[in-house]
Amino acid sequence: MSIDLEQFHETFFEESFEGLDIMESGLLELEQGEVDLENINTIFRSAHSIKGGSGTFGFSAVAEFTHDMETLLDQMRNGERQVSVSVVETLLGSVDVLRNMLNAIRDGSDIDVDSVAETTVAIKAILGLENTTTDSVKEQVSEAAAKGWIVHFTPHIDIMKTGNDTVRLIRELNSLADKAEVTVNNDALPPLSELEPEDCHQSWVINLIGGEVSEDDIREVFAWVDDECDLKIEAMAKEDDYIGPERRDDDRRQKAPERRNTERRSGKSSESSSIRVNISKVDELINMVGELVITQSMLSRFGDQEDFTPATIERLKDGLAQLEGHTRELQESVMRVRMMPISFAFQRFPRLVHDLSTTFEKKIELIVTGETTELDKTVLEKIGDPLVHLVRNSLDHGIESPADRVKAGKSETGVIELSAFHQGGNIVIQIKDDGAGLNKNKILSKAKEKGLVSQDERMPDDQVYDLIFRPGFSTADVVSDVSGRGVGMDVVRRNIRELGGAVEVKSTPGEGSVFTIRLPLTLAILDGQLVGIGDETYILPVISIIESLQVKTENINAVAGNAEVYRLRDEYIPIVRLYQIFGIKPISTDLENGLLVVVEAEGKKIAIYVDDLLGQQQVVIKSLETNFKKIEGLSGATILGDGTVALIIDIAGLIDLYQKDMASSVVSIKGAAA
Amino acid sequence: MATILAVDDSASMRQMVSFTLKGAGYQVTEAADGQEALTKAKSQQFDLIITDVNMPVMDGITFIRHLRGEANYKFIPMLMLTTESAGDKKAQGKAAGATGWIVKPFNPDQLLNTVKKVLG
Repeated sequence: MSIDLEQFHETFFEESFEGLDIMESGLLELEQGEVDLENINTIFRSAHSIKGGSGTFGFSAVAEFTHDMETLLDQMRNGERQVSVSVVETLLGSVDVLRNMLNAIRDGSDIDVDSVAETTVAIKAILGLENTTTDSVKEQVSEAAAKGWIVHFTPHIDIMKTGNDTVRLIRELNSLADKAEVTVNNDALPPLSELEPEDCHQSWVINLIGGEVSEDDIREVFAWVDDECDLKIEAMAKEDDYIGPERRDDDRRQKAPERRNTERRSGKSSESSSIRVNISKVDELINMVGELVITQSMLSRFGDQEDFTPATIERLKDGLAQLEGHTRELQESVMRVRMMPISFAFQRFPRLVHDLSTTFEKKIELIVTGETTELDKTVLEKIGDPLVHLVRNSLDHGIESPADRVKAGKSETGVIELSAFHQGGNIVIQIKDDGAGLNKNKILSKAKEKGLVSQDERMPDDQVYDLIFRPGFSTADVVSDVSGRGVGMDVVRRNIRELGGAVEVKSTPGEGSVFTIRLPLTLAILDGQLVGIGDETYILPVISIIESLQVKTENINAVAGNAEVYRLRDEYIPIVRLYQIFGIKPISTDLENGLLVVVEAEGKKIAIYVDDLLGQQQVVIKSLETNFKKIEGLSGATILGDGTVALIIDIAGLIDLYQKDMASSVVSIKGAAA
Repeated sequence: MATILAVDDSASMRQMVSFTLKGAGYQVTEAADGQEALTKAKSQQFDLIITDVNMPVMDGITFIRHLRGEANYKFIPMLMLTTESAGDKKAQGKAAGATGWIVKPFNPDQLLNTVKKVLG
């Protein structure tokens, strides 16, 4: 029977990566001096499973590499080897190598042979092994097959108590040879009155004739009961015959290319990866579907109704209300299936901070809270890199050197806090450090130098700090290999915006900085405010709306060029006429006839002018990029109840678009004046 | 058809073992560690046990020792999945009452041959 092992590969990779994460965090704990046997055992088990799985599924390079790691870990758990920093470091390094190997195999790319060899040598050095060539397969050329064999099989009395069966063994022997003559010896059998049915008192002599049987073949049959029986094997007569070993060579030659094939998997995209779902979430779904079915049967009764009385209409309304409730709950339950704890993104940070603090010679304590906060899987996968960048940044630029910290009257050890929590329908992730804080003057002068702001520009602190997210901005005095390449923060912001989120920074000189990332719970559904502009309907995310108001003419102020601002209490808010930006014919261009919707993103506010507010509803987000193309200022589209398409506004993008518009119009005015 | 209990903490190995055996017509129940396996084996009679050795909660050898002590598992074949390097594990397993072992790595055909051999 041929079974395609490839179908198990995805599961294998998934659990192997999980295993690597377990090993990594276990090793990091070891490094902090906690030699806990259960911890070492856990690390060992992960390595062992990866080795077993990779061997079974044909990734022999991985199995070979893991073998030495496993040996080392085995010595550690048996107390034969001291847990030292250097051993742990080497093991951490091999975890990385292993992860790269598995990634390479999964993506069908080439394994980095050099790093594998290097690490293998390092581990072998610890083990005190010579780097023997791994394919020194013990070539046991078995004896030339004999004409036949005489097998004396004398089982011990307890042989059946391990579930072995003498009859099975003899049957197996029989299947090896052309002919088997079996003689049983009952001499040791006690009288019936003393006979224990669970004991074995018999012995056998089996003559095997023909069938090219080797002694190894026979020993193989008895391998399991090696120490539960006395076995004597005699050759009947010998013949010069090399058929046996030669055939083995052929076998090996055929197998070799096959193995190479399985190891290099066709580059299957990792997007199609599976998801592990807690069973309780699935139960919840089934429960909800049950409720839906009940509501459906209740509603279907009305279809048979001859005539409707006010009472039946009342019941119909009740039913519809229930249907709505259940649909919503079902939708939420389905969404929860995609939700995963943020610990998946957080778990790499202890290692990262450990490695980086060594690089920068800083002392850092990492505090992680809210790991169980759940997030959409897609968001989770994409938030990893921006987070890494922000943490690296805090470590590199935020936290001062131990000496500087002592000078500033702080503890030598800097603290980076990574936390996640829910806040008003959003997930908030914060990266907080107790470092020096952002240097306002340095940022401002750098921004001026780079021409990001004009020389005499004055702006509030928050806006100055926000400059670090501008493309092409970097304040690092020395470009390090970790951060400070000037391509970072702008990419971080862009990536987060692509997820429909926002990032902002707050900083206090001498006390530290806080980066706050806000993310939507899910990318698939949005609470939307429908607004009308001319014949078109647009959708604003409810989450970003602060208030909607009728325009009072006296509060409108025109400023430079064609910009308008609206005075709302003590604030001046730029007015954005959506019809201008999207080139639509509005019902009215007179502000007084429409409404202003004040929205906020990343700490900036604008007032969007619309003809009318139409109502709120949950909308399913359809990607514009996959169905059409990306358009600035729009985050997607949806299909409304009546079948028309409505575009969803990306508030942060719209603010950018508006500011760019204003900047270019200011430039053109300046140009005209010159 | 014979019923088999497959015990392994690795989901991919479990899937592979179970898929292979089911394909050959056996009824397979899975368990992720020795403790879970013990509970399942006590609530239902199996004709063959195949278990990994290194597992969290309860390892394969402890599991075999416990199960071998049960009256209705006295003569039931119990196979360990083990790696070649673990010579002393084989001995420990035998001492605990294991019938035999399947050496990892193995392919589905090897697994089926061994199972057929044991179940006859």
